[in-house]
Amino acid sequence: MTRLVDLPTQEHMLPGNRACAGCSLGIGLRSILKALDGKAVMTVPASCLTVIGGMYPTSSVTVPWLNVAFPGCAAAAAGLAAGLRATGRDREMTVLAMAGDGGTADIGIQALSGAAERNDDFIYVCYDNEAYMNTGTQRSGLTPAGARTTTTMLGKRENPKDMCRIMEAHGIPYVASTSAVFPDDVYDKLARARTLRGLRYVHMNTPCPSGWSFEPRDSVTVGQLAVDTGLVVLFEVEGGVFRLTGRSKTLAKRGKRPPVADYLATQGRFKGMSPEAATEIQRWVDGRWAEYLRRDAAGATT
Amino acid sequence: MSISILTGNDAAAHAARLARVQVVAAYPITPQSPVVEMLSKWSDQGDLQAELVRVESEHSALTVCIAAATVGARVFTATSANGLAYMNEQIWWAAGARLPVVMCCVNRALAAPWNVLNDQQDSMSVRDAGWVQLYCRDNQEVLDTTLQAWRIAEELGLPVMVCYDGFLLSHTVMPVDVPEASAVDAFLPRHEPIPVIDLARPRNVGPVTFADPRANADGVICHGYMELRALHQEALTRALQVIPRVERSFAALFGRSRGALTWGHLLDDAEVVLVAAGSIGVELTVAAEALRAEGVKAGVLGIRAYRPFPAEALRQALQGRRLALVFDKAMSYGHEGPICSDVRSALFGAPGAPPVFGAVAGLGGRDAAARELAEVARRALADLDRGVRQRPAEWVNLQLEERA
Repeated sequence: MTRLVDLPTQEHMLPGNRACAGCSLGIGLRSILKALDGKAVMTVPASCLTVIGGMYPTSSVTVPWLNVAFPGCAAAAAGLAAGLRATGRDREMTVLAMAGDGGTADIGIQALSGAAERNDDFIYVCYDNEAYMNTGTQRSGLTPAGARTTTTMLGKRENPKDMCRIMEAHGIPYVASTSAVFPDDVYDKLARARTLRGLRYVHMNTPCPSGWSFEPRDSVTVGQLAVDTGLVVLFEVEGGVFRLTGRSKTLAKRGKRPPVADYLATQGRFKGMSPEAATEIQRWVDGRWAEYLRRDAAGATT
Repeated sequence: MSISILTGNDAAAHAARLARVQVVAAYPITPQSPVVEMLSKWSDQGDLQAELVRVESEHSALTVCIAAATVGARVFTATSANGLAYMNEQIWWAAGARLPVVMCCVNRALAAPWNVLNDQQDSMSVRDAGWVQLYCRDNQEVLDTTLQAWRIAEELGLPVMVCYDGFLLSHTVMPVDVPEASAVDAFLPRHEPIPVIDLARPRNVGPVTFADPRANADGVICHGYMELRALHQEALTRALQVIPRVERSFAALFGRSRGALTWGHLLDDAEVVLVAAGSIGVELTVAAEALRAEGVKAGVLGIRAYRPFPAEALRQALQGRRLALVFDKAMSYGHEGPICSDVRSALFGAPGAPPVFGAVAGLGGRDAAARELAEVARRALADLDRGVRQRPAEWVNLQLEERA
């Protein structure tokens, strides 16, 4: 595993962009572009990242960036890959699709599923800030149960979709789950994905101070607590073999996780949640964690 | 040069092959599917060196084309009816992004209720999106127009929609002169795109753009949204010169000319001009000849370029006539046929402009044979003789009173 101090010092994000204060997406994107050595073309649908990218005629990154309509991120990436191949430029750069949770799990899932089934040649990063943050915090298919949004004022009732399992079911070469606040983990996964061909999917938890209602200075600690409690699990699945990575691997060895309630208490969006609902989330997390441990153990014996 | 017996769909596929298209992305829909089946077959056989992306929807088909065209590849797709409607957002995107996408729209009626047969409601519904729209009369024109479409698209930085009638052309055969690849190469040289996706000069392509002009990082003032839209309109206006020039260049190389912005039949001394786009124009030529046999000086004005709309050409062609009778295979529901509206608007206030009557024909594949179209013209002339100058559109062959 690459140590933080060993990450390349070359930056591909320019100083100054339109991200909200404390937005963790900037941390994640920095690591992603470092892992791709700045040799990438990005495609981004309507989302927070569109805002961070900058308004015409400016850009916040030093790589080419193609904006696309909301449902079309994976199809645009497929088109970039096909166009680069057709014009003999496919070895020049990696195609990187980056969409939010809504653009991935809701409106973009059809194009993504189609591209995954065809195993089109690009890396897809879903930066998951767990609601439609760019339009003002409406619930998405990846909003966690209990979270209040502007369209679930009493807290969302349903658990989020499991995008990584959905993508795994497509049989693509690489699926990973990471968190924007672990730059080393993000870097390693993108660096690994870069060496593979076909559709590589990386799901990146991305704490959002304004949407989750916590202080901007706490983005990293909130993101770390999400991993420590097991709500977000760092892992990768390559060639069907599952393994825990980074902090999640350490947690698995240690065998103890802080309660989910500790995480829920850090954010205004979970305020007023009943103890029963919190217990239900804890049970959901525990069930998933046990499954991850089982898969990690099975992966270790492969 | 060789004569082949081809359907309209075959002709479109041959054009894409001859244009050495580099990326094809499409999704099946009746009656367009054979175009993509044929390109897939050629690709599998190694006769077509193109990336074929067999997408999961029309929205993705056009999105793939948009992205691949941004990279600089020559791209092609085709669709019909609900497929075109499903692309809608990206139709606007391709145009606003000023990409030379060529798409065949095999004209078909829009649901509901389901109907796979021909009318032109699909392409007419996206006439405002900023594409060049060309309508074909027959299968030769499908091939020739599709080849010309890339020249127009690449010169102007505009997407071009080649529209031809579903089943009437897409699934009927006629002898088509298929040019040699080398001749097409001379007409349509390798596309030299603007390098938009460039690591050495990274750009943020199509980001949020203010209404007003704004400085870039070097302090140079760049266009705002409204300026970009004005340039888009300017390019479409320029297409009124480019389309005829490309057609002349095609005619010089291949020895055939089928009209540029419009085409005419028996127009010179015509008092009654029947106006339409697409294959119904051919039926109207038969109707005009029947009317002539009765002593009515009828002629046909076919609209080949519907967007940009050839308003000046129409004003000149229709000046001094007794009547313009416009046949639409679509409606702007709640108003009238779109071509009829546009002809009226073009003629408004023009000296010597004739009255414009509308007729709606062939919706959902309803037959509109020459003798019936001639009958519509006779009724229109009778109205004209009674002093009628404005009237609602006649729905041709409508049988409302006989059905529940």
